[in-house]
Amino acid sequence: MSCAFATIQSLPLTPENHSINPLKTSSPFLGFTRHLRLNPLDNNKSPSASIRRRQSSVVAVSDVVKEKKLKSNSSLSNLLITKEEGLELYEDMVLGRTFEDMCAQMYYRGRMFGFVHLYNGQEAVSTGFIKLLRKEDCVVSTYRDHVHALSKGVPARQVMSELFGKTTGCCRGQGGSMHMFSKEFNVLGGFAFIGEGIPVATGAAFTSKYRREVLKEADSDHVTLAFFGDGTCNNGQFFECLNMAALWKLPIVFVVENNLWAIGMSHLRATSDPEIWKKGPAFGMPGVHVDGMDVLKVREVAVEAVARARRGDGPTLVECETYRFRGHSLADPDELRDPAEKAHYATRDPIAALKNYMIENKLVNEAELKAIDKKIDEVIEDSVEFADASPLPPRSQLLENVFADPKGFGIGPDGRYRCEDPKFTEGTAHV
Amino acid sequence: MAAILQAVGATTALSSTNSFDSKRLRFSSRRSLSVGKGNFFVVRSDGRSNGCYPRDRRAGQLVTNAVATKADSSTASTASKPGHELLLFEALREGLEEEMDRDPSVCVMGEDVGHYGGSYKVTRDLAEKYGDLRVLDTPIAENSFTGMAIGAAMTGLRPIIEGMNMGFLLLAFNQISNNCGMLHYTSGGQFKIPVVIRGPGGVGRQLGAEHSQRLESYFQSIPGIQMVACSTPYNAKGLMKAAIRSENPVILFEHVLLYNLKERIPDEEYVLNLEEAEMVRPGEHVTILTYSRMRYHVMQAAKTLVNKGYDPEVIDIRSLKPFDLHTIGNSVKKTHRVLIVEECMRTGGIGASLTAAISENFHDYLDAPIVCLSSQDVPTPYAGTLEEVTVVQPAQIVAAVEQLCQ
Repeated sequence: MSCAFATIQSLPLTPENHSINPLKTSSPFLGFTRHLRLNPLDNNKSPSASIRRRQSSVVAVSDVVKEKKLKSNSSLSNLLITKEEGLELYEDMVLGRTFEDMCAQMYYRGRMFGFVHLYNGQEAVSTGFIKLLRKEDCVVSTYRDHVHALSKGVPARQVMSELFGKTTGCCRGQGGSMHMFSKEFNVLGGFAFIGEGIPVATGAAFTSKYRREVLKEADSDHVTLAFFGDGTCNNGQFFECLNMAALWKLPIVFVVENNLWAIGMSHLRATSDPEIWKKGPAFGMPGVHVDGMDVLKVREVAVEAVARARRGDGPTLVECETYRFRGHSLADPDELRDPAEKAHYATRDPIAALKNYMIENKLVNEAELKAIDKKIDEVIEDSVEFADASPLPPRSQLLENVFADPKGFGIGPDGRYRCEDPKFTEGTAHV
Repeated sequence: MAAILQAVGATTALSSTNSFDSKRLRFSSRRSLSVGKGNFFVVRSDGRSNGCYPRDRRAGQLVTNAVATKADSSTASTASKPGHELLLFEALREGLEEEMDRDPSVCVMGEDVGHYGGSYKVTRDLAEKYGDLRVLDTPIAENSFTGMAIGAAMTGLRPIIEGMNMGFLLLAFNQISNNCGMLHYTSGGQFKIPVVIRGPGGVGRQLGAEHSQRLESYFQSIPGIQMVACSTPYNAKGLMKAAIRSENPVILFEHVLLYNLKERIPDEEYVLNLEEAEMVRPGEHVTILTYSRMRYHVMQAAKTLVNKGYDPEVIDIRSLKPFDLHTIGNSVKKTHRVLIVEECMRTGGIGASLTAAISENFHDYLDAPIVCLSSQDVPTPYAGTLEEVTVVQPAQIVAAVEQLCQ
């Protein structure tokens, strides 16, 4: 199986490689859509767009890391992670994967409803970035947000409860799959419309800068990560926020999870220039392209991007090339994607890749990883039990969070504020 | 976005009767108003404040001046009066500045709010005082900077978003509806959005269709927001302060033609109540509900009506969402006739909602169907003669009252 980690010092990072056969490289980006269901995968054909893509260079990798990669022997001192870090990354990715698989099960068993968008296959991006953050750093996501919330620290119980629509959910059951929020862990959503979370993330970064410069809180350096997909990169809000963030040097990292598909719309069919990372320099920030199926590469780039933001040097645009193993949502029949493309990316499963890396480099043994697998299984089982046992929201919850200040419901005919009416606390008043 | 006309050029005087007679307004029981109900001033157009004079003394007497006229006082007499005189846009600025002094997390974002001082000068000189980050000149990206303000509000700041013209906020509808209005609820109450969205709207002087929109009718369905409209320097400052202090997202509608109204306002600090309506002129025969610029057309019509022997009760509803059903209800119960005069379009405007609310709540007290005078469902034409007839004029108000009171 072609594993990204086996050839860590080779492609795709060097700009000199012009004539690459996509299939022979360690992390080929294959735009299969041109072939769709009509032609089987042709080994000799190499879509020119994807070749040009191969020449992207990682802009912000530190010299120390570059030096490490040049050395071919893989002694422990040259590894990119320690054992503890490796286990943390592995556990987080397994948590994400197992949780999402359980969601699918629960959905088909009628325990959760509506639109549920699963993250299988993209775990390296969430883990690679979010595990570097502090608690006060903020994460903003899209509707594909379960794993971002989990990586940030929101307990699986709260996320599962939210999906079941129970009152113990992180949003009291009022948000659902697409609206995961956590004040404690600074998860600022969870947005159903693509692109609408990016300005919110820009605002959180603005607060960080405002605190430091206006409120004179010298230690205010929290960073915000905005996650969104390839489809969003054609949306106005994306470009408007790239401009503002670069203009004011806001401490934000824009992370594009380019999984090539926006429901059934291929990225190549929707975008005039599909190389999203290039749009960063157009706005005055570095644009980085990274293999999003390789958690170590993502982490490497993330370290630099987050440090850059924290220093006050401004934003970075990171394009992670990744793939979702399941359909857009649990309601998506996923008929348009070429099975060969899916099979290809399945061989680049980020969890399997990390596992192989750690075992080959003798960081861990199988038993330790199996122990983690088992532990996560138990966590997920527990979260389902908890969610099942939790109560549904009572009627009285209906009107509670419409306004932060319930005087906003106004003054009733009797002269009292409507929120003082007992029907409000019961939830039976008509607003 | 087309360039906004300079404030001075656009806000030419409505008529000679558009400024309050500073001599006549006396606030004898001026106190710092906390945000509690029942604490609003009853400002009567002939200068009395509530509780000072019993009403029945004047019953039957023709009130010669039902609307405040332009100040004809000399400078000598104004110096001795309490309070200070200023224009509406200055009152807004004063309120804003007081709140920015009081709370360092209050900041302003919008196009040309900083160095330019605001297209209607509401933020003049504030950037010099507070810095470029606190009074932020944004690029022309309404949806994104509105969303940015919302993200900042979620993380602890209290931004005020200025729409250079309220119509431009159509581009921010995504953020206003989804995030501003709903985010507190969908997050299960975890994040509050204490933003103020403000800007000039309404039909001006031949500004063309797109600069003459009334966005209150589009925003009114959004759950989770409050909407208020200011109409005098006094309530402009009070509502601005209340909106900033509110934990809820508040949309404050100003009017392009009212920025140069002059009034004497108290020196002491005061905050008005966001949810209350304002009694402009108590009366017996008919309740006229209005807000923003139409208040002045109503008061002009009231002058004529009084001369014809009618006694209209005029209420400036101020709170467009939610409606102050107490003040409105008490009035309906007294007069049994309702006329709504608004600038929104006929279809789906504030008047339409108000008609429904009154019918629902006070049907038994009505002696006649509610009459709602709104602007015509027409894109506001550039030509002055046509523009004049798209909005409600005082003559129509007089005719409507006469018909209602038959």
